[in-house]
Amino acid sequence: MSLKVLEQFKNPELCKKLLDCLNKEIEKEIRFMEVCGTHTVAIFRSGLHSVLPEKVIHLSGPGCPVCVTHESEVNAFLDLAGKDGVIIATFGDLIKVPGKKGHCLKNAQADGARVEIIYSPFDALEIARKNPNDTVVFLGVGFETTAPAIAATVMMAKEQKIDNFKVLSFHKLVPPALDVLISDPETMIDGFLLPGHVSTVIGIHPYDFIGAKYGTPAVVTGFEPVDILQALLQMVRSMKEEHPKVINQYQRGVSEYGNPKAVEVMYQVFESSDALWRGIGLIPNSGLEFSDKYESFDAKKVFDLKIGECPSLPGCKCGDVLKGKMTPEKCPLFGKACTPASPVGPCMVSTEGSCAAYFKYKVD
Amino acid sequence: MSSDKVLLDYGSGGRASQRLISELFIKHFANPELERLNDAAAFNIDGKISMSTDSFTVDPIFFPGGDIGSLAVHGTVNDVAMLGAIPKYLTCAYIIEEGFPMADLEKVVISMSEAVKDAGVAIVTGDTKVVPKGAIDKIFINTTGVGQIVADPMPSGDRATVGDAVLISGTMGDHGLTVLGTRGGISLESNVMSDSAALNHLLVKLVQEIPDVHVFRDPTRGGLATTLNEITTASNVCCELEESSIPVKPEVVGGCSILGLDPLYLANEGKFLCILPQKYAEQALEIMRADKHGKDACQIGNITDANPGKVILVTPLGGRRLLNMLEGEQLPRIC
Repeated sequence: MSLKVLEQFKNPELCKKLLDCLNKEIEKEIRFMEVCGTHTVAIFRSGLHSVLPEKVIHLSGPGCPVCVTHESEVNAFLDLAGKDGVIIATFGDLIKVPGKKGHCLKNAQADGARVEIIYSPFDALEIARKNPNDTVVFLGVGFETTAPAIAATVMMAKEQKIDNFKVLSFHKLVPPALDVLISDPETMIDGFLLPGHVSTVIGIHPYDFIGAKYGTPAVVTGFEPVDILQALLQMVRSMKEEHPKVINQYQRGVSEYGNPKAVEVMYQVFESSDALWRGIGLIPNSGLEFSDKYESFDAKKVFDLKIGECPSLPGCKCGDVLKGKMTPEKCPLFGKACTPASPVGPCMVSTEGSCAAYFKYKVD
Repeated sequence: MSSDKVLLDYGSGGRASQRLISELFIKHFANPELERLNDAAAFNIDGKISMSTDSFTVDPIFFPGGDIGSLAVHGTVNDVAMLGAIPKYLTCAYIIEEGFPMADLEKVVISMSEAVKDAGVAIVTGDTKVVPKGAIDKIFINTTGVGQIVADPMPSGDRATVGDAVLISGTMGDHGLTVLGTRGGISLESNVMSDSAALNHLLVKLVQEIPDVHVFRDPTRGGLATTLNEITTASNVCCELEESSIPVKPEVVGGCSILGLDPLYLANEGKFLCILPQKYAEQALEIMRADKHGKDACQIGNITDANPGKVILVTPLGGRRLLNMLEGEQLPRIC
């Protein structure tokens, strides 16, 4: 899509009209959750947060892949970093996430661990090809958005017999987590802005249960101000229905059934499994484990890693923030013990974390 | 040179070093003071002196629009000139990794000599070290510059005053995105080029024609956002920016969008901020726009007393948000 077309979705006059409509049509307070970290940042960066009607209460959800990576998973990859013959390949977000005793990949790198920041899982495969005497472990963190590309990389590694490429699969699936959140009476969520990127892969129907089972409106949304405002307006209108259907606002990026080929690739390499989410705990069928056919690429098996519950960081309220029970500023550590320079929890580390967004963008 | 690669011998201080100095550095940097080959350079500068040093370790060393050699001149010349000074002399120290191709070294030296001529400065003393393979990444260059301050009063980061206009000489993020986009593993195909350039002639013209420029600053590492935060902290004022006024090339916007980066935090090597009383803003913009290095100059904001020490961005929607200082480096994100 050209930048010119994209510009239309930032158009201030159109935004003003949508804001006026929203102001007119909103009857009671609504607490909406934007599930995706990219939405969180978009809402702040565009200045939307400061112009939304007062009746619109904005909550951030568990849609930042770094933020939901469980402490035990962070500790597992930190344990791997620095092992002889291991090269860790990762997207940049994970490099500063603190694990036990505040240790992170950046510290590990300074201590001599081999850590490569990459932009695509195929780059990790290339590193493996160039370093045949080492094992390259790619940190497979992310949602349905990134999992197909990682699965395709694993398939390529198998086809090309690149045996020194492994993946630590800590993938998470979004719909099961939302089911847990709505079921929690403390969250009081009136509507969801659903992640557009995830739906480019899975389509909109995996979210049907939100309206059908709970009567909660849900809109799959793009990432520009016009997208978000239009989605909020659709959400307000949808609230009047008893069993609202999931709405696809992001039709330029998302088709009703997503990308079936990508889903097929993902489920050739992986199969769904229970997964630990930071701040939320174990959610059935919300993760992806290697299928038997590809288990030789599973870093957990190759390195015999044990992933299990471990103590949470003392004082850290990231869990409550992820569940929308608390805004970042209410956390006693926010801006004091926990800042981007010295983060306690992952919501302050990730560029898409809600605590980092509040700290970075909020004026007052 | 007898070898096509830089050998440890060339840093030994013996004949090989002398050959490298005379056949490469002196050949291209030729000037009477350097040719004396004394342990130090002797020169006259009257009045107040501006002095700055910087080490250049850019990766890759050759990039669209420049290379480490021209960058090492532009970076230091610009820093010296930001105090309202005419840069005069540079020192130049090379640290080279053993095995570095001699042809690439000559390319870097020629580029540096052209940048020096363009800026109207002279390299009057220098140093060369060769270190074992693996001890550094290819080549590092340090330059130190001195110049004569001609502005009175002198522009300084702590002089931004409520009521001042905030001007920028051109588009943001060109250099940073170019370097990141050509780094191994990314290969971002784009027409974007580094803006690396010596700004001293334009800066001197400004201070000579405008009675009182409060601040000059080049938004290099950390970009516009970090530089403005440094200024608002030092001056204890607030800077309010109109986001839609900040010039960013569409290809930079597109590249940043793909890589998950913010152009306002990307380095620039040929742009400067100018903060001065609003009454001089139009005059300054005219001078800037008449120069090739300031043709896209515009006013992007004002200095206020609203939130001292902070930079506020007013978005096209009329929303207000902080433009904070960069924490660490910008990193590509997961999705």
